[in-house]
Amino acid sequence: MTVESTAARKPRRSSTGSGKRASAKKPAPQKSTEPELIQLLTPEGKRVKDAKNAVYDAYVADITAEELRDLYRDMVLTRRFDAEATALQRQGELGLWASLLGQEAAQIGSGRATRDDDYVFPTYREHGVAWCRGVDPTNLLGMFRGVNNGGWDPNSNNFHLYTIVIGSQTLHATGYAMGVAKDGADSAVIAYFGDGASSQGDVAESFTFSAVYNAPVVFFCQNNQWAISEPTEKQTRVPLYQRAQGYGFPGVRVDGNDVLAVLAVTKWALERARTGEGPALIEAFTYRMGAHTTSDDPTKYRNDDERVAWEAKDPILRLRAYLETEGHADEGFFAELEDESEALGKRVREVVRAMPDPDLMAIFENVYADGHALVDEERAQFAAYQASFADAPAAGEVK
Amino acid sequence: MAVQKLPIAKAINESLRTALENDPKVLIMGEDVGKLGGVFRVTDGLQKDFGEERVIDTPLAESGIVGTAIGLALRGYRPVVEIQFDGFVFPAYDQIVTQLAKMHARALGKIKMPVVIRIPYGGGIGAVEHHSESPETLFAHVAGLKVVSPSNSADAYWMMQQAIQSDDPVIFFEPKRRYWDKGEVDKEAIPGPLHKATVAREGTDLTLAAYGPMVKVCLEAAAAAEEEGKSLEVVDLRSMSPIDFDSVQASVEKTRRLVVVHEAPVFLGTGAEIAARITERCFYHLEAPVLRVGGYHAPYPPARLEEEYLPGLDRVLDAVDRSLAY
Ligand SMILES: Cc1ncc(C[n+]2csc(CCOP(=O)(O)OP(=O)(O)O)c2C)c(N)n1
Repeated sequence: MTVESTAARKPRRSSTGSGKRASAKKPAPQKSTEPELIQLLTPEGKRVKDAKNAVYDAYVADITAEELRDLYRDMVLTRRFDAEATALQRQGELGLWASLLGQEAAQIGSGRATRDDDYVFPTYREHGVAWCRGVDPTNLLGMFRGVNNGGWDPNSNNFHLYTIVIGSQTLHATGYAMGVAKDGADSAVIAYFGDGASSQGDVAESFTFSAVYNAPVVFFCQNNQWAISEPTEKQTRVPLYQRAQGYGFPGVRVDGNDVLAVLAVTKWALERARTGEGPALIEAFTYRMGAHTTSDDPTKYRNDDERVAWEAKDPILRLRAYLETEGHADEGFFAELEDESEALGKRVREVVRAMPDPDLMAIFENVYADGHALVDEERAQFAAYQASFADAPAAGEVK
Repeated sequence: MAVQKLPIAKAINESLRTALENDPKVLIMGEDVGKLGGVFRVTDGLQKDFGEERVIDTPLAESGIVGTAIGLALRGYRPVVEIQFDGFVFPAYDQIVTQLAKMHARALGKIKMPVVIRIPYGGGIGAVEHHSESPETLFAHVAGLKVVSPSNSADAYWMMQQAIQSDDPVIFFEPKRRYWDKGEVDKEAIPGPLHKATVAREGTDLTLAAYGPMVKVCLEAAAAAEEEGKSLEVVDLRSMSPIDFDSVQASVEKTRRLVVVHEAPVFLGTGAEIAARITERCFYHLEAPVLRVGGYHAPYPPARLEEEYLPGLDRVLDAVDRSLAY
């Protein structure tokens, strides 16, 4: 059977629109290999000092050796936690995992720039930011194991629940920030999202609202170059940080693999927000070293050369080189951290394996805060149905 | 070879391929549909063979995907868009409900909206939240949209052809947990109408009506019931808007009992509509009230609870027993 076209019009030019006109007019994809960005530590671990960086550099001018070691420690432990979670998924203990491998500096640098009273709105990959906020990493695993849809109290660490629907949380962050401003508080809000998410209407609307209401919110876009299989070029024709200008607030691109630069730039943006200067957009230019999630197969859409090039910019090796050349850390520090890392891995394994399945009645818990007659009725029916199994004669028995 | 054994995902893939071949106005659009072939590989290989102008990787923006598909349709194209998962259709819900559904009526019939929106839906794959929902009622409730869901490979192949040929917008719900189930597809067959229900199994004691992922569960329930000496008829609705009430009525007039099964919440669901209509049409034939088996008035639960949430064999057979006890 053939399928007849019922299209109303007859094609005038090429039937598919793939004629000369379309291809000739297509803008060349933006080159993203060596972008302009704020960098304070080179990939080799050398400290950069120049005029372009000066305004941000001031925010880390008095950073101590201990603080630098702490940043290093955060990145190493976060990477270890992430590796453990990936392994647990492979062993069938987690249904899914979204790895942050390669994005440690973007997350630790920005997370450590926040104050306790700031509020963080993550997407679903912000394990390093959660770490900085003091969320027990094992709490992040519940939703990936399938025992809950969140797993922590957002208010205890001012760290909101993971948001899976792309971009939604940027509006929540903006609204929260509008509330902060109404309260006259000097806290700030930070919203995380990806380069793919930058295409969502919600993100555009959050830019509009935050600008119009001068909300104290920092938009932190981790441009890890990919939205599942789609490169950033499928989301935008201009560098993402430049979008901010059109809304009337500043945008900065920072080397997302440079923890020091990320810390500095985020501190700058949060301070602006706190002092009433309104929103800012940070584009942390980084790379997703692994798959999008454990269900993804990146060999379908990208080659290894790219990854190899980014391996040379590894955020952890870079800070280590700097710590060593400056004499800020000795062998003992690294050895101790290795032990701590092992212990964290072990604890994560143990906690996850011991995580119980939720009670069946959890289906009906917390559907409403005030209760609801229909839920009560269905809960009772469900309980009676389940109970009928407990009392039922075992298979093969005669009723 | 006319008859082939194909998994549902592959049947849809071949159906899309056929449509792309037969009509230069057909376009595939969505997130990751190109190189990756979609997260379920339903569009695998299509971009390679038809190019980026026909199989379009879109920005990550569902409102944008559906909104631009509307514009392309206005220009004479026939876009088939993919929404990656059920829970991600809502950014596009505004475009679908306020624009796509109403365009033909607003234009006094002068323009057509041949847009197909493919949505992998339903649970049972152990996913995280927003990846397992059954929002079909939210679309069936909207006038101007047609809503269908195949349950097997042959229907997947043919219903997709028919949806693409339709001049109305069709929301095409694909039962994602059945994507890998194989079935025979006869590409030379003459398919029945898109919105006609079919009898998937004949029986005399009770009718089970279902669609999409639940048809298989109902067939298994009918097989289990047979061992207990009960004869269940299974009606595969195939379409939730319109619903083929005539076929359901014919079956109920024979069996005198009806249980409707779907994954979506029971409250205000497809089953509620069927129960009301069949009660009106078959009041004197019914030996028992129409019963419904489905989801609860609660958010879709985390994966470890989904087997309890989803209608399984036991819950269907329990409803069968209750109906037969009247
Ligand atoms: C509204 C919506 N559409 C689609 C998806 C499916 N999805 C999950 S992650 C993802 C890619 C996100 O890319 P990006 O925003 O760059 O963030 P990254 O995962 O790279 O950190 C997609 C398409 C989703 N979660 N939500």
